[in-house]
Amino acid sequence: MEIFGMIVSGIGVLFLLLGCLGVFRMPDIYNRVQAGTKCTTLGSFLTIVGVGIMQPDWFWKTLIIALFVLISNPISSHNLGRASIKKGISLCDKTVKDQTNKFKGYKE
Amino acid sequence: MELIELIFVIIIGIGLFLCILRMIKGPTAADRAISMDTATTATVALLVLLGFIFNRYVYLDVSLVYSIISFVGLIAIARFLEKGI
Repeated sequence: MEIFGMIVSGIGVLFLLLGCLGVFRMPDIYNRVQAGTKCTTLGSFLTIVGVGIMQPDWFWKTLIIALFVLISNPISSHNLGRASIKKGISLCDKTVKDQTNKFKGYKE
Repeated sequence: MELIELIFVIIIGIGLFLCILRMIKGPTAADRAISMDTATTATVALLVLLGFIFNRYVYLDVSLVYSIISFVGLIAIARFLEKGI
C-alpha cells in the first residue's frame, strides 16, 4: 500500500514541476494561466491523495483538502483570466485566432 | 523511503524557485498574480507532504486554511484588476 501511494505522489510531484515550468516559460498571460492551473490542480490532487493512501488514518481529511483545491483553483484562475481580458492585456505574436474580437491586430 | 521523500521536497522546491523567477520578471500585474497562485497551490501540496514526513497531524489544518486564504486573496486581486476598488 505504501509503494502505491508513493507512486501516486511521485506522479503528482512531476505534474507540479511541469506546471511551474509552464508558468516560467510560456510567452503570454493566457497561456500562463492555462498551464499554471491545469497542471497544478492535477498535481496537487494526486500528491495529497497519495499521502492519504500512504497513511490511511488521514485519508478523509486529505480528501477534503484535495476536493477543495479541485473546486477552488479553476474558479480563481477563471476570474483572473476574465480580468486580464477586460483590462486589455495584449496577446503574444504567434496567436492565430482571437474569438473575443477585442484585439484588432490579430486576424484569423 | 526517506530518500524518495527528500527528492519529492527538492522537486517542489525547484518549482517554487521557477515561480519566484517569473514573479520577479513578469511584465504585468496579472503575471505576478498567476505566479503567486501557482506557488500557493504547490505550497499546499508541500505542507501535506511535510506533515507526512514529520508525522504531524496539525499540518493538514495549516494546509486547509492556507488554501482558503489563497482562494479569497486571488479573487480579491482579480476583482481589483478588473474594475478597481
